Amino acid sequence: MAKTGDNSGGRGKKGLKRKAAAEEPQEAAVAEDGATESGVQPPKTTAFPPGFSISEIKNKQRRHLMFTRWKQQQRKEKLAIKKKLKKEREALGDKAPPKPVPKTIDNQRVYDETVVDPNDEEVAYDEATDEFASYFNRQTSPKILITTSDRPHGRTVRLCEQLSTVIPNSHVYYRRGLALKKIIPQCISRDFTDLIVINEDRKTPNGLILSHLPNGPTAHFKMSSVRLRKEIKRRGKDPTEHIPEIILNNFTTRLGHSVGRMFASLFPHNPQFIGRQVATFHNQRDYIFFRFHRYIFKSEKKVGIQELGPRFTLKLRSLQKGTFDSKYGEYEWVHKPREMDTSRRKFHL
Amino acid sequence: MAAAGARWNHVWVGTETGILKGVNLQRKQAANFTAAGQPRREEAVSALCWGTGGETQILVGCADRTVRYFSTEEGRFQGQKHCPGGEGTFRGLAQVDGTLITCVDSGIVRVWHDNDKEASSDPLLELSVGPGVCRMRQDPAHPHVVATGGKENALKVWDLQGSEEPVFRAKNVRNDWLDLRVPIWDQDIQFLPESQKLVTCTGYHQVRVYDPASPQRRPVLEATYGEYPLTAMTLTPGANSVIVGNTHGQLAEIDLRQGRLLGCLKGLAGSVRGLQCHPSKPLLASCGLDRVLRVHRIRNPRGLEHKVYLKSQLNCLLLSGRDNWEDEPQEPQEPKKAPLEDTETDELWASLEAAAKRKLSDLERTQGALQTRRRKKQRPGSTSP
Repeated sequence: MAKTGDNSGGRGKKGLKRKAAAEEPQEAAVAEDGATESGVQPPKTTAFPPGFSISEIKNKQRRHLMFTRWKQQQRKEKLAIKKKLKKEREALGDKAPPKPVPKTIDNQRVYDETVVDPNDEEVAYDEATDEFASYFNRQTSPKILITTSDRPHGRTVRLCEQLSTVIPNSHVYYRRGLALKKIIPQCISRDFTDLIVINEDRKTPNGLILSHLPNGPTAHFKMSSVRLRKEIKRRGKDPTEHIPEIILNNFTTRLGHSVGRMFASLFPHNPQFIGRQVATFHNQRDYIFFRFHRYIFKSEKKVGIQELGPRFTLKLRSLQKGTFDSKYGEYEWVHKPREMDTSRRKFHL
Repeated sequence: MAAAGARWNHVWVGTETGILKGVNLQRKQAANFTAAGQPRREEAVSALCWGTGGETQILVGCADRTVRYFSTEEGRFQGQKHCPGGEGTFRGLAQVDGTLITCVDSGIVRVWHDNDKEASSDPLLELSVGPGVCRMRQDPAHPHVVATGGKENALKVWDLQGSEEPVFRAKNVRNDWLDLRVPIWDQDIQFLPESQKLVTCTGYHQVRVYDPASPQRRPVLEATYGEYPLTAMTLTPGANSVIVGNTHGQLAEIDLRQGRLLGCLKGLAGSVRGLQCHPSKPLLASCGLDRVLRVHRIRNPRGLEHKVYLKSQLNCLLLSGRDNWEDEPQEPQEPKKAPLEDTETDELWASLEAAAKRKLSDLERTQGALQTRRRKKQRPGSTSP
C-alpha cells in the first residue's frame, strides 16, 4: 500500500520521470498491440512507438509533465545550436558570413502596386494639379480653424490649445453645437484653408477630422495615445512662435501621398530654422505618429532632441473627396476592416 | 506599339486628368491616350460612348465642352467638336444616324450634326430638360428615345423625333410615413430590354422600376440598398437584375422581379463612378475614385477576376462587348505549332525501333495508347479500334 502510494506520489515528482516515461510507452504498446520494441529493453532514452504524441495521454498531470520535459529539451537544443553558431562565427572572425536579417512584418510587406515611383509623370501631373496645388505653389498660406465636438471636456480643450501653439496661424473656437456644414461656408468666406475637428468620447479625444477648405479632401482619423504636455517626461520648455519644419516619413503609396500632402499643407511653406522646432508625422504600418521636438546639433553628426508639445497616434478611417459631407460625399478611400485587414502584411498608406 | 494594339483593348476608361486609357486584360497592359500628348485637367473625361460602325470609334466628352473622336483602329484622336450651350459638364452622350446628342448639367439637350471637321455649328434640335441633370441615357432599342433624370429633376423620357413634350414623365412617390415629401435624386438610368420599362438608382439609396406602358406614373417597384448614395448602375446579361454601386465602393446585385438583394461584390475602396456588364459573359467592369479598374465575375463563382491600378481617378468606362476575348494576332502562331509536333513524333518512332524487344512491347503499349489518343484527336468522327 505504502509502496503504491510512493509510486503514485513518485510519478508526480520529476525524479521518477524516467520511470513514468518508460511505463507510458509500455502501456501504449499494450493498448495498441503494435510495436514491441519498448517491451524488449528497459530504455534509457525513451523509445516511443511510431505515431505516439504527447497529446494522446489522457491523464492531465502526466501529459503536462511530458510536455514540460519536451519543452525543456527543445530549449536546451536551441541554446546548444545558438552557442555552436556563435562559436563558429568567432572562429571564422572576419570571414564569417553576414548575419541574416530577421523577418519583420515591415520587411515582409506585400508588394503594393500603388507605391509612387518618383519618376512617374502621370502621378506627378496629378499631384501638381490637385487641391493642394495652390499651397505648394506658394499662392495660399495656411490658416487653420481648430474646434472640437460639442461640449468638450478638459483634456480635449487642452489638446486644442496645445495644438494651436504647435500649428502656426491657427485659431481655436468653441463649437457651440453648430453643424459642420454650416461652419464650412463661413470658414471659406473668412479665408480659412483647413478645418480640424477633434472628436471626443467619454472625456478623451478619440477622433480627428481634417478638412482642406475651398473644396479639398476630408480625412477622418482615429486618434489614440494622446499625451498632453505635462504628461510627457523629460520634455523641453514650451514651443516658441517660430514656424516649425516638417518631417513626413514613410508615406509611400498614392493614398499615403495624398494624406502626407494634407499634413504638409497645414504648416506654412517657409520653416524658420532659427527656432529649431520640428513636427514629425511618421507612418508605420498604417499608424501615423505625431511628435513635436526641438533639436540641437552638438556636432556634425550628433543631435540632441527634446520633446515638446503634444503627441498622438492617428489611423486613417476614410478619405472623402470634397468638404465634410459624410452622408452624401464621395469617398476616395474607405477603410473596410473585413475586406482590407485580412493580411497582416498588407498596408495601405 | 500601343496604338497598333488599341483595337484589342477590352476596357476603355476615362480619367479626371483627361487621359483615355485602353486596358488589355489578356496581355495585362494599359495604354494612355491623350489628344494633346500631355494630360490636362481641363479635358477631364466626363462621358464616353461608342461611335458609329461597331466598336471602332469612341466619343469622349471632356470637361471643356468638347467631344473628341477617338479611333480604336488607329489608336489616336481624330477630331473634336465644340458643343457650347448651357452650363456644367456633359452628363450624357449618344449617337444616332449621323447626329450627336449631348446633355449638360444645366439641362440643355442638343442634337448636333455629326461632322467632326467643323469647329462648331448650330444644333439641329434643342431641348430644355430642367436643371440638375445627373444622367441622360439613350434607349439601345430605339435610338431616338432618350431618358433624363437628376437632382430634384424627375425621370423624363423624350422622343427626339416627336414633340417637345416628354413621352413619359414620372411622378414622385407618395409622402412617407411622416407625411414629408420624398426628395428626388436620379443618379443613373437604364432601359430594360424587350419592354418599355426603365430602372433608375437614386442618391437616396433607392432602386426604382418605371413602366411607361402602365397607367401608373409612379414607380412599379422600389428597392433600397445600403445607406449611401448609389452612383452607378448596370444591367446583368440575361438575368433580370441590376448591379448598383454606391459612394462607399459597395457593389450589389438586386433582383428586379422581387426587389431583393441577390449578393454583393467586394474589393472597391472608393466611390464607384462607372459600371458596365458584358452583354453575354458574366463579367462586370467597375471603376472609381480609388484609381483601380476591377473586373468581377458575377456568377459561378462570384469574385474578382482582374484588378488594374491606373494612376488617375477614373470617371467613366466602356467595356467592349465582343465575344472573342483573345487578341487576333495570336492566330498566325498556331499553324506553326502543328508541323513541329509531327516532326517530334517521327523522331520518337525512330528511337523506338532501335530499342530491345521487351522494351519495345512495353513502349508499344504506351505508344499505342498515345496513338489512339492521337487518332481520336485527328479523326474525331471515327471510332477507336
